[in-house]
Amino acid sequence: MIEVRDLHKAFGKVQAVDGVSFRAQDGQITGLLGPNGAGKTTSLRMLYTLMKPDSGQVVVDGVDAAKDPEAVRRRLGVLPDSRGLYKRLTSRENIRYFGRLHGLDDALIAQRTEALSQALEMGDIIDRRTEGFSQGQRVKTAIARALVHDPRNVILDEPTNGLDVMATRAMRRFLLQLRAEGRCVLFSSHIMQEVAALCDRIVIIAHGRVVAEGAADELRAMTGETNLEDAFVKAIGTEEGLMA
Amino acid sequence: MKPAITVFLKEVTENLRDRKTVFNALVMGPLLGPLFFVMMMSFVITKQLDSAEKPLEVPVVGAEHAPNLVAWLQRQGMLVQPAPDDAEAAVREREAKAVLRIPADYATHWRAGETAQVEVLFDSSDQDGRAPVARLTGLLEAYGRTQSALRVAARGLHPALLQPVAVAERDVASTQQRAGQLLSFLPYLLILGAFLGGMYLAIDTTAGERERQSLEPLLASPASRAEIVLGKLGATFGFAMVSMMLSLVAFAVAFQYIPLDRLGMKVEFGPALILRAGLLMLPLALSFAALQTVVAAYAKSYREAQTYLSLLMLLPMIPSVILMVSPMKGELWMAAVPLLSQNVLIMELARGEVVELARFALSFGATLALAVALVWAAVRIYHREQLAVSA
Repeated sequence: MIEVRDLHKAFGKVQAVDGVSFRAQDGQITGLLGPNGAGKTTSLRMLYTLMKPDSGQVVVDGVDAAKDPEAVRRRLGVLPDSRGLYKRLTSRENIRYFGRLHGLDDALIAQRTEALSQALEMGDIIDRRTEGFSQGQRVKTAIARALVHDPRNVILDEPTNGLDVMATRAMRRFLLQLRAEGRCVLFSSHIMQEVAALCDRIVIIAHGRVVAEGAADELRAMTGETNLEDAFVKAIGTEEGLMA
Repeated sequence: MKPAITVFLKEVTENLRDRKTVFNALVMGPLLGPLFFVMMMSFVITKQLDSAEKPLEVPVVGAEHAPNLVAWLQRQGMLVQPAPDDAEAAVREREAKAVLRIPADYATHWRAGETAQVEVLFDSSDQDGRAPVARLTGLLEAYGRTQSALRVAARGLHPALLQPVAVAERDVASTQQRAGQLLSFLPYLLILGAFLGGMYLAIDTTAGERERQSLEPLLASPASRAEIVLGKLGATFGFAMVSMMLSLVAFAVAFQYIPLDRLGMKVEFGPALILRAGLLMLPLALSFAALQTVVAAYAKSYREAQTYLSLLMLLPMIPSVILMVSPMKGELWMAAVPLLSQNVLIMELARGEVVELARFALSFGATLALAVALVWAAVRIYHREQLAVSA
């Protein structure tokens, strides 16, 4: 379970995150929805302890990120915004590297790699060097690498960015599978349809603040709109950033 | 420490798979210096030996005015060549390195017992002319001494009268010390080798990793930032050390092929020297690796890191160049100055001199202290938030 309480973060004079709070439950998919530049990535970066919040608290499975950031990172599987691979290593070696950084032994890493390779349908690329991989192949490898230690909590920053239709569908199936396994899945997106189709709970972020939160039906009821897109626009108060 | 080892092994594996890095750090870097040196030295030595052993050929103008002198010169092995039409022009055009001109009044002065003058024409800007000119003037002075001794003896006096002071030169330098001059560049090439050997990795593992967008996932792993930077630094340091040690071995091999003994010089470049020089260089290589990591991590991009580090490469040149231009006596304080101490002590080792344990330890300790400070700075810079994010 991931809990975020009143996060603030400023870069110079720009207040990127200005009081973000939400909770992502186990066995649910929680979507962070918001236009580009709303503070989604910065919020997630504070969550996986890449950045320190100016104020506020991050708690993962009851562990405070400020007190024990390493334990928090151990409980998280993270697909960050930047997801570069090591192109002179094979897909399997990329995954093994992260397995070892998590302190797993090689037998367990091999077993996990096998399972992830099947779930992500990457049997044909697993032993190829990642140089020249397509965007979809790269994302698969990056996800396998993020989940090698079998984390309870999975954070994905814009996971379908740059994927074609087939790859996007596969990604959605995979997220649903993660939920079925009882994990806490938190992902960010600026694509409303995607969030509506997948998420049990939606957290709408705009201008560094949470402007609405709830299941799709609750959001429609809250804003008095029957169409989720209209609900979204109404919640953030502008159409700016939605056209990306 | 296990994550640091994991990072180290991964960086080494990845970079060993890069042909360009392997070629630069482990083949071209270590071999270029020794190869260049062998070629240069062989050329210089061959030329010196040539000019010293070849018979001296000198055109003589007015040989008929001093037949005795010319005959004596020929007996000393000089080849007298016919006079050119214009002696000055011949020297200036470098057709002859030196021309001996005997004026018409030579015989008159000689018979009168006065000082008879001869002229040696030469071009002081002609490097190749120095040896023949020195040999010719030496011969002429020797002739003068023989003749004056004969004249004095003919008057019943002792020839020693003409030479109240005799100078005997004794060179106390050993054959190895005499070769020291040739070795003055050795510390510089080693220091440069240690710098270049790790440079590519320092950039690739920091600025390069960020530019390829793989730094953020790495920092999201449970490995602490200190462990990550130590692993990366270790890989850079490892490449630098291997590159430099290969360079030392290449030098040892190279010295086998240079005919230094024919110049009365000797260089003992064996395992003892390789190990001692390598040990002196170890903390310096670590300092370089840490400094390069700091600078490359600070740079915003791969290109920027390359620019900074190329500029930084001038730094290790400073003490080497100063010492080449004005050699200083090795004093104790020098052993405490990183970079300078490696220059001074490796030179002494190469000259076959004894380096006391105290100075050796002082150099190692002082440089190691610098290395620790720089490693600490590298760890600090990895804790900056901007490190992962700027891209």
